[in-house]
Amino acid sequence: MTARVGVVLFPGTNCEHDVIAAVEALGGSASLVWHGETSLGDVDAVILPGGFAHGDYLRPGAIARFSPVMAAVSQLASAGAPVVGICNGFQVLTEAQLLPGALQKNAGLSFLCDTVAIEVASSASVLTAGLPVGTTLRVPINHFEGNYTCDAATLEELRAGGRIILRYADNPNGSVYDIAGIANAAGNVVGLMPHPERACDPLLGSDDGRLLLGALLASAGARVGS
Amino acid sequence: MASYDVMVEVALRPGIADPQGATIERALPALGFTGISGVRSGKAFRFSVEAASQAGAREAAEDLCRRFLTNPVIESSVVTVAPGAAAGSGAAAGSGAAAGSGAAAGGR
Repeated sequence: MTARVGVVLFPGTNCEHDVIAAVEALGGSASLVWHGETSLGDVDAVILPGGFAHGDYLRPGAIARFSPVMAAVSQLASAGAPVVGICNGFQVLTEAQLLPGALQKNAGLSFLCDTVAIEVASSASVLTAGLPVGTTLRVPINHFEGNYTCDAATLEELRAGGRIILRYADNPNGSVYDIAGIANAAGNVVGLMPHPERACDPLLGSDDGRLLLGALLASAGARVGS
Repeated sequence: MASYDVMVEVALRPGIADPQGATIERALPALGFTGISGVRSGKAFRFSVEAASQAGAREAAEDLCRRFLTNPVIESSVVTVAPGAAAGSGAAAGSGAAAGSGAAAGGR
């Protein structure tokens, strides 16, 4: 069954069309959802794409978490449906406390725009299900505040629970424990700084992102089927 | 109800990397500033709160801090409250934030 993915558009989001193109290339269907909506409509999964929601004023994600659509996103997350935040979307999910920790400025104070190697560190998430631990993927990063941080107890909880799903092979931004992506305890809410949607065609230098988004669509589709 | 002037200073928690502060500190010797260390960057917000008492104004400001102005994972804040100076003529001090409820005050 075709997975239907809602792609949330905040004022300042700028990766929504890349996400839609990637989802459709992988056989899913995608629809834009304006942040002012109180309903996501009929969707099996939701993606919060990258960009600068609400101009990133105050802190990235700080204002976006108050957008009306976020109540529906929280509800979908509680219902166990896949919710994925990419880059700025990850920042929104931490500000909304759907994921623990926070993303601070990159160590080195540089905006990073590069293609980096990341490793699957856990298969216990909707984005990495079926991908063997240790699989290396080449995926672009494009961020200023991608330096993941959390307190020691949270880090231990994430490690013990297999919730650190992606790690940088060569840490570009200072993230604690080389974290590139994490999941909630149930594995259905995921945040990552790299942009899998920008690595879905060999023409773009890598199509490794298909593995991640493919896993997401499979997870969403499986829920539809069940 | 009276008007109170609030200042919120937001700082990164100890141990949270502050690349901006570190970069500023590294630049100091080249600019001829010596003997300065421990530079930490942060931000400050000024706004006015209408409240029945100074304690009420503080409570409102601290709630705003907790839920919006700071991310407690990485930031802490210090709230200073004072009776509004020259109530009624505070056009400059209020500038925009005075009329706002919590959400509107985000525009510094």
